[in-house]
Amino acid sequence: MKKRVLTVDDSRTIRNMLLVTLNNAGFETIQAEDGVEGLEVLEEANPDVIVTDINMPRLDGFGFIEGVRKNDRYRAVPILVLTTESDAEKKNRARQAGATGWIVKPFDPTKLIDAIERVTA
Amino acid sequence: MDMNEIKEIFFQECEEQLAELESGLLKLNDGDRDPETVNAVFRAVHSIKGGAGAFGLDDLVSFAHVFETTLDCVRSNRLDPGPEVLKVMLKSADVLADLTNAARDGGSVDEARSRQLIKELEALANGEVPQASAVAEPVAPVSKAAPVAVAPVVNDEGFQPVAFSFDDFETDEPASMEMPTYEIVFKPKSDLYAKGNDATLLLRDLSRLGEMSIHCDMDTLPSLDRLSPETAYFSWKVSLKTDKGEDAIRTVFEFAEWDCDLDVSLVSGETAPVGEELPMQPVPFDLSILDDEPVGPIGVIEEEEQLAAQQEIRNAAVAAAGTASNVLQMAQSAARAPAEKSAGAAASAAAQSAAAQQAAASAATPTIRVDLDRVDRLINLVGELVINQAMLSQSVVENDANGTSSINMGLEELQQLTREIQDSVMAIRAQPVKPVFQRMSRIVREIADMTGKSVRLITEGENTEVDKTVIDKLAEPLTHMIRNAVDHGLETPEKRLAAGKSAEGTVRLTAKHRSGRIVIELADDGAGINREKVRQKAIDNDLIAADANLSDEEIDNLIFHAGFSTADKISDISGRGVGMDVVKRSIQALGGRINISSKPGHGSVFTMSLPLTLAVLDGMVVTVANQTLVVPLTAIVETLQPEAAAIHSFGSNQRLISIRNSFCPLVDVGRILNFRASQANPVEGVALLVESEGGGQRALMVDAIQGQRQVVIKSLEANYTHVPGIAAATILGDGRVALILDVDTIVAASRGQSLKPEMSLAAAG
Repeated sequence: MKKRVLTVDDSRTIRNMLLVTLNNAGFETIQAEDGVEGLEVLEEANPDVIVTDINMPRLDGFGFIEGVRKNDRYRAVPILVLTTESDAEKKNRARQAGATGWIVKPFDPTKLIDAIERVTA
Repeated sequence: MDMNEIKEIFFQECEEQLAELESGLLKLNDGDRDPETVNAVFRAVHSIKGGAGAFGLDDLVSFAHVFETTLDCVRSNRLDPGPEVLKVMLKSADVLADLTNAARDGGSVDEARSRQLIKELEALANGEVPQASAVAEPVAPVSKAAPVAVAPVVNDEGFQPVAFSFDDFETDEPASMEMPTYEIVFKPKSDLYAKGNDATLLLRDLSRLGEMSIHCDMDTLPSLDRLSPETAYFSWKVSLKTDKGEDAIRTVFEFAEWDCDLDVSLVSGETAPVGEELPMQPVPFDLSILDDEPVGPIGVIEEEEQLAAQQEIRNAAVAAAGTASNVLQMAQSAARAPAEKSAGAAASAAAQSAAAQQAAASAATPTIRVDLDRVDRLINLVGELVINQAMLSQSVVENDANGTSSINMGLEELQQLTREIQDSVMAIRAQPVKPVFQRMSRIVREIADMTGKSVRLITEGENTEVDKTVIDKLAEPLTHMIRNAVDHGLETPEKRLAAGKSAEGTVRLTAKHRSGRIVIELADDGAGINREKVRQKAIDNDLIAADANLSDEEIDNLIFHAGFSTADKISDISGRGVGMDVVKRSIQALGGRINISSKPGHGSVFTMSLPLTLAVLDGMVVTVANQTLVVPLTAIVETLQPEAAAIHSFGSNQRLISIRNSFCPLVDVGRILNFRASQANPVEGVALLVESEGGGQRALMVDAIQGQRQVVIKSLEANYTHVPGIAAATILGDGRVALILDVDTIVAASRGQSLKPEMSLAAAG
């Protein structure tokens, strides 16, 4: 069974990169454009792992993570945060919201896959 | 999809983000203080930076980074986006656009300018508010020590970046003689599981570092009846033989370090090679901490953390049997903890703002992106459908004179549907004029800078939609007109103040729909047209007679004549040899008209009216030498039936027609196009009075007018070849091809001789 990854990012560029990278690595990828859409498709996507951006319109990454953690079925799904800032403050906020880990941009396919494999069985 | 395609997407997205950025900044400039506007602006730059980083566009990344940092200050209320701040930001947005274009097309950018702006942005981020320029109202001097515009840090977003290394652990370190063994005590807290981490996976990763033995401590596990399923009870003691170093071990727990108690200690073997370079200066290390004394340099920390920190330092002290660098590392990671914790309160604030954002979320209409080619193909097909439907209707009428009602009704319905489909398809290509309007604000800024004028651009009706082709072709004439408006139209601030106006001039750009066309107005509140000067200039240039009696409107419209410029000095900006005549011609080429009205002392208004699409055209269907031709309706001023008395001959074979006491050259279309060898008798035909590019009028002679209708334009170049005097072709309802006249070339040809025969229609067949 392919692992299912839900990606949430408002940038079309990053969405496409995630899609290509994840598909090449043998994941099934479901994409959402912001936190609101991410929560909407959560049930249907039924992800094994979630990758989300922080800065997004409508509902940002922090809010989205909190939303996922409130969902009984998905509250234990690993969530990785994509962040350009490698500063501890952003990570800490994401962590407090319930993020499992993070991937520091600029986007690097190896780092992404590594991080996903670290948090999924 | 490959990287190049994604890169293409990235640049498309950049365009959108840049537009978003600019419109957001302009909103802020107008006093909008909605946090969502600031967020959107921040996000735009952030997104560009993110994508640029992925493609290694370093120039773009570094500029975007500085810009983003400054915007973050605005976002966190540490920098008030006043006019002077926004001036810098708008310029930065321009540079960001330049850098994006350079990254895409390989061009170069004005490096001095971007360096200058980086400095200005950094100064803003550091709380230095620029002094207002002389024109703007004086601003109280701002001392650097106590910046007035810098609000106190109210939330914890004012973080200090903490150095954090994610160096690869697979460093090529030489294997030590004896493999070091570490003892790792790992006790997860319940939070670790709540955040989706899994002790099993962490241990699995750990096992990949080397040879490992694990002992699970289950002492705290209560009996089943008291067991809470979501509480962490287990802890693990791991003995790991690895040459990867302690950093690698800690990296495994990178995601989990806050949610577990973790002790890593070196129990035997050589010191692990250290993957990262650390300053080797001795650092005072107070061993008294080991006696549970308050930790001085670390500051106020909470008890739990204090204990944890001390624990870590103790471990460090144990490990100090190794090198000082290890100790340093420990001490650093211990000191790091409180700094991170201090930001904790921000999370709840973030949650609130997230909720607010969600509430404020506007219901965006879902959109899809479609290749333009596909749309064009569809438009083409619909064009064919319209023609086919017209043909069908005509043949039904011809073959069934009494008209079977059911067929006729069906046909009528078909006609209606076709029309609707046509309109809908045209609507797909319709785009708001917003991008063009937005480009104008940059042009205004640049010219205002160059001329030292203070200008405010107000745009209205940016969401007015018009065909994409029209939009694309609109930018150039509009740019030129804006340049003119600022350079010639508006006065200098001093002159404005002297005239009792505000120092800042206003240029207003408006778009609206009016009777099936788009009307674009460009108004300035400058000095208006100096009619005396225009008149004198026109006399000097032999455009009008010295004693010509012209109305104000006629004088104003003289500026559309070729080679006309009233500026005393030709400036860098407008004096590029491109006059308003070129503007007028490009508007006419789009099937549009342009007019000016001006009030001395109050400014001028240019009004352009353009068709909504270039795919269809309102034309007058005429007959010339048994051929059917279409004349664009926009070119025709009036039509008249010449009387013999009004026709005057002059020269060898030239003729004039007198219309209301003025003479107008008569142009025989059939003769010009070589449809016939001799001139037709004007009295038997119809004269179409047209306005040509020079502004002069000509009377085009045709044999008869068939009617007026909307025709679908078919490119002649694409289907056949270019024919002088013919703009395009169309297919009429009866299935015949009709050529659409290019009025300008016909008129130009009439001045000299007829079109070159070998090139003309007769030769082309």
